[in-house]
Amino acid sequence: MEHYNMNLTLKVWRQKNAQDKGGFETYQVKDISSEMSFLEMFDVLNEQLINEGKEPITFDHDCREGICGACSMHINGRPHGPWGQTTTCQLHMREYKNGDTIVVEPWRAKAFPVIKDLMVDRTAFDRIIQSGGYISVDTGNAQDANNLPINKDKADESFAAAACIGCGACVAACKNASAMLFLSAKVSHLALLPQGEVERKTRVVNMVDQMDKEGFGSCTNTEACEAECPKGISVLNIRRLNAEYIGAIMSGDDK
Amino acid sequence: MNWKHAFTSSIGKKLVMGITGISLIAFLCVHVYVNALIFVPDGYHKYEVAAHFLGSNPLTRIAEIGLLLGIILHIVQGLMLWSQNRSKRPVKYAVYDGKANSTWYSRSMGLLGTLILIFLVLHLAHFWAPNRWQQLTTGHERNLYAEMEAIFQNGIVVIVYILGCISLAWHLMHGFWSAFQTLGLSTAKYRPIINGIGIAFSILVPLLFIAMPVAFYFGWLPPAASFTEVAH
Ligand code: SF4
Ligand code: FES
Repeated sequence: MEHYNMNLTLKVWRQKNAQDKGGFETYQVKDISSEMSFLEMFDVLNEQLINEGKEPITFDHDCREGICGACSMHINGRPHGPWGQTTTCQLHMREYKNGDTIVVEPWRAKAFPVIKDLMVDRTAFDRIIQSGGYISVDTGNAQDANNLPINKDKADESFAAAACIGCGACVAACKNASAMLFLSAKVSHLALLPQGEVERKTRVVNMVDQMDKEGFGSCTNTEACEAECPKGISVLNIRRLNAEYIGAIMSGDDK
Repeated sequence: MNWKHAFTSSIGKKLVMGITGISLIAFLCVHVYVNALIFVPDGYHKYEVAAHFLGSNPLTRIAEIGLLLGIILHIVQGLMLWSQNRSKRPVKYAVYDGKANSTWYSRSMGLLGTLILIFLVLHLAHFWAPNRWQQLTTGHERNLYAEMEAIFQNGIVVIVYILGCISLAWHLMHGFWSAFQTLGLSTAKYRPIINGIGIAFSILVPLLFIAMPVAFYFGWLPPAASFTEVAH
C-alpha cells in the first residue's frame, strides 16, 4: 500500500480529573504518516503539546500490540475506531485521509468513571473477576498431564472465551453500558472446564451480583458488544451465562 | 439466593421480560388464528364459534387474567429497564455510531414497545373493554364481527392499526430471538432455527393483523348484516 502523509483535525475530550466537567479541545496535527498507528499519532500530538508548554493528553496504553486491552478510545462514535476486531493501538492511520476530522472520547459508563482525559477507571472489571473468576486446586505435587480428560471442542470454546482482554469495548459500545459480554467470557472459560466445576454455581451468581453492584446495565441483546470486541468474543457466551445463572438459581446450590 | 433477588438482578429482570415476552408471543398465535377465521368464507361461522368459545370458557377467562398480568409486567419491567439502563451512561457520547454495530430496532425496543402500548390502549378500548362490559352487565357478548366492520370504516383508525402492527413487527423482529437468548436457549445449534421462525413470525403475524382492518375498510369482506345470527 502506498505511503502518504496527512493533516488532521482532532477533537479530543479533555478533563482534568474525575470531578472536572471536561470538554472537547480541537487540535491540528500535520504530516501524519499513513503507516503510524493511532497511538503514535497521539504521541506526535502530545510532543506538539509539550513543545507548546501545554498539558499532554492522558490516555491508557501498555502493550501496543493488541493484547493488553489498555488502549481505550472511543473514535468517531465507535470503541477502538472503525476496524473490526482491532484495538486502538492496532488501528493504523491508513484508515484516514488528509483533511479528516476525528472525534476521540473516553469510554462512557457510570461504572467506568473518567480519571483524566481519555483514561477511565476500569477496576470494576477487576472486582468482578475477584468475586468469582478463580478455581480451587489441590496443593501438593503437580498432576500427571492429561489426568483430566477434556473434550477438544470444549477446550477450544473455553480458550476462545479466555481470549477476552478486559478492554471494556463491549461496555463502551453497549447502549446500556452492560458488561455482559465481558462477564460471559469470564464465566464461560471456567464453566466449560472440569477445573471450574467446584465453584460453578456460586461463581456465576456472585459475579453477576458484583457486576450489578458496579453499576453496569442490563443486557438487551443488541449484540453491539460482539461487533466491537477486539477479540471476537461471541454472544453465544452470553447465552451460556444466562443458562448458567438460571441453572444456579433453580438448583439452590448457589450459596 | 432467594427468588426475589434472582428476579431483580440484571439478568433476573431480563428473565421477566423473556418469560412474559414468550407468553405474549403464544397469545398472539391464538389471537391471530381466531381472528383470521373471518377470512374463511363460511358465513363467519368458524370465527363466531371460536370467538364465543374463548369469550365464554372459564379456563380461557382465567388465562385472560394471566395474560393481562403478563402484559402489565412486561410493560412495567420494560419501562423500568429502559430508564435504569439509560442511567448507566450519565455522560453521553458526543458521537455514537450505533448503526455500525447493531440494528436500529434492537436499540429501540423501549420506543417500539411504547408505540405498541399506545395502540394497545386504543385497541382494548375498541373491542375488549366494551365487550367485557356488556357481557358483565347483560350476559351477552357483542357481535365482534359487526364491531370490526363499523370501527374499521374510519380511515384514521385503520392507519393507526397499521402503524401499531408495524411497531409490533419490529419489536418482535428483535424480541423473539432476544427472549430465547435471555432464557439461555439460543445455542449455536438452535440459533438459526429460532432466528428463522422469529423473522417469519414477525412478518406474517402483523401482516395478517393488518389485513383485517384493511379488508373491512375496502369492503372485501361480506357485511355483518348479510349473516343470519348464530344461536348461542
Ligand atoms: S469481551 Fe471483548 S470487548 Fe469485552 S472486555 Fe473482553 S475483549 Fe474487550
Ligand atoms: S495498548 Fe495493549 S491492546 Fe492496545
